[in-house]
Amino acid sequence: MQHQNRLRPFFENITFDRDDNEMILNFGPQHPSAHGQLRLMLHLQQEMITKAHPDIGYLHRGMEKMAENMIYNEFMPTTDRMDYIASSSNNYGFALAVEKLIGLEVPRRAKVIRMLLLEINRLMSHLFWLATTALDIGAMTVFLFAFREREYLMDLIEDYCGARLTHAAIRIGGVPLDLPDNFIADLRRFLDKLPENIKDYEDLLDTNRIWRMRMEGVGVISKEMALSWGCTGPMLRASGVAWDIRKEEPYELYSEVEFKVPVSDKGDNFARYRIYMEEMRQSAHILYQVADMYEETIKNNQTDLMAHAPKYISAPKIDIMTQNYSLMQHFVLVTQGMRPPVGEVYIPTESPKGELGYYINSQGGPYPYRLKLRAPSFWHTGILTDLLPGHYIPDVVSIIGTTNIVFGEVDR
Amino acid sequence: MRAYTPKDDVQAKSYYTDRFYVAPQVPKQDVLSDEVFTADLEAIKAKFEVLEAYIQVEQMVVYINAKDNVDVIKLVKEELDYTQLSEMSAIDWIAKSGQFEIFYQMLSMGKRKRIRIKCFISKDEAINSVEKLFRCADWSEREMYDMFGIEVNNHPFLKRILMPYDWEGYPLLKTYPLEGDEFAAWYEVDKIFGKEARDIIGPEIRDTARVDRYDSERFGRLGHEVPKGTKITGNEPKTPLAYQEEGGVFLIDRFDEEKSVIITDRNR
Repeated sequence: MQHQNRLRPFFENITFDRDDNEMILNFGPQHPSAHGQLRLMLHLQQEMITKAHPDIGYLHRGMEKMAENMIYNEFMPTTDRMDYIASSSNNYGFALAVEKLIGLEVPRRAKVIRMLLLEINRLMSHLFWLATTALDIGAMTVFLFAFREREYLMDLIEDYCGARLTHAAIRIGGVPLDLPDNFIADLRRFLDKLPENIKDYEDLLDTNRIWRMRMEGVGVISKEMALSWGCTGPMLRASGVAWDIRKEEPYELYSEVEFKVPVSDKGDNFARYRIYMEEMRQSAHILYQVADMYEETIKNNQTDLMAHAPKYISAPKIDIMTQNYSLMQHFVLVTQGMRPPVGEVYIPTESPKGELGYYINSQGGPYPYRLKLRAPSFWHTGILTDLLPGHYIPDVVSIIGTTNIVFGEVDR
Repeated sequence: MRAYTPKDDVQAKSYYTDRFYVAPQVPKQDVLSDEVFTADLEAIKAKFEVLEAYIQVEQMVVYINAKDNVDVIKLVKEELDYTQLSEMSAIDWIAKSGQFEIFYQMLSMGKRKRIRIKCFISKDEAINSVEKLFRCADWSEREMYDMFGIEVNNHPFLKRILMPYDWEGYPLLKTYPLEGDEFAAWYEVDKIFGKEARDIIGPEIRDTARVDRYDSERFGRLGHEVPKGTKITGNEPKTPLAYQEEGGVFLIDRFDEEKSVIITDRNR
């Protein structure tokens, strides 16, 4: 007997030709420029988009649900899988939220190492953004150039923690490891070359006629629209709002380093591109200062990497192996998990994509009662609903490119 | 006798808690300890009923009545300069009090302050949409509806956002198990082949580490591959690592495992 084939696609909600000459086009979820699993339903009049309906959820893994069933330290590697282009930023946001919940102070050297990781991740993420967006628009050379530099950074991270993409390089209460011997020297060598590299990208793109035609005046987000849609990070700063959490609500050691926050009031794709380029320069500037800070901690003999809080954080390995009480604590913390106090926090950090916030509601148990992940890309995808109408089909690709959405983060 | 597990909250529970353990609290400060928050709270109190207010981890938390939510957020946005709705979602307290707690996390860039406006609704109640004030609430409220089943009044397009449109059940409820319910377990099978195929296909294998050494069709025998359907004796010779056709490809050398090098020095 012939079984009915239910895998055959059906188009009950997609009509290709209607009386009013409107075409409904299905874009994605498998599309090279959809940056993951974005499905867009586009209503078209000729080539102009009249209505856009982003459809997400193809990468939904239920991280908030998983968090409710995991002890706090167990959840750390899961956060890597949100924004997998800059995974240390996610680790850091979660670690900071739990530390605020507990009320923990992190040792200075751990803070310096975290700053290094955060800024390296920002560079990695921006380079990746530049590479993929340029490739979407057709600039293959920039893709190869940017990936070359990103590769160097991934090697640096690999030297530090052994992983290249999903780092899990930050712990609640500090960092697990000190930097390897030649890390700072390698980093400096990279930073010394970076301005030339950025110059190379800009020489290829800034005055490139095709690049400017695809970027300038396309995808203009007004200030009101950006605020109303909850845009953050470069998306917000390109629309004329000078708001960088690192500057305005400094966490870690950002109050001690000097850097500028690039802002533009144009709000178009080109403004966002310029902001990403400028932020890379600022990140390099921060990294130089943090590298000096690291050398100072060596001089001052500040060797602690984890906070001392026996109720929440395991003792250093040497204590666990030699001290009975440390071993007992470690056993309880691994098998049962730490129990933060009853209360709730919402801690925002400036990830490369925007405001990455962790809302944690703790009821005093070893599992969070509710954990809400505020991922910037979620709303940067939502804004496509209002942004795309009025644009033409080729603009869709460049607009999706400059929103810098990552679907691990949108769908969580 | 089997240990009793509560059915209204099936999430992971600590297997041991000291009988005399009293959980500490994250300290709460009085609103009066911060001038900006005091002024904000006065402005809200002048027009609406405030059930409770305090400062926790540098952010003000204000409890209001659920029916006032749109008006309070409008006031906070237009008169108190909280121009961004960072986040909103719900917390499931059904097991404890039959209620949902809904929170709106707001940011004022002018004052560099963040507040959290919270309200309770009972299980069957709906909440009014704030989508007219903040467009981002369009997606947040859809997500809240998707995850908790909370209906939102006056929402322009209240449909599921992360889960499929035809999904049954609300995943973030405490009554929803982590591994999913029966509907979730058979979703693909039911949808593609029909319920009658359940017996033929069988339940999904959730053990990712499972290797069946007699399975000649999947990846379990990497390095010792045999043709499909072959009976496996366990004495198969090792398959050499080769990634190209026998004749080779023009200009490209055939991969030879013996001659390959692992690069360890980046600066070589």
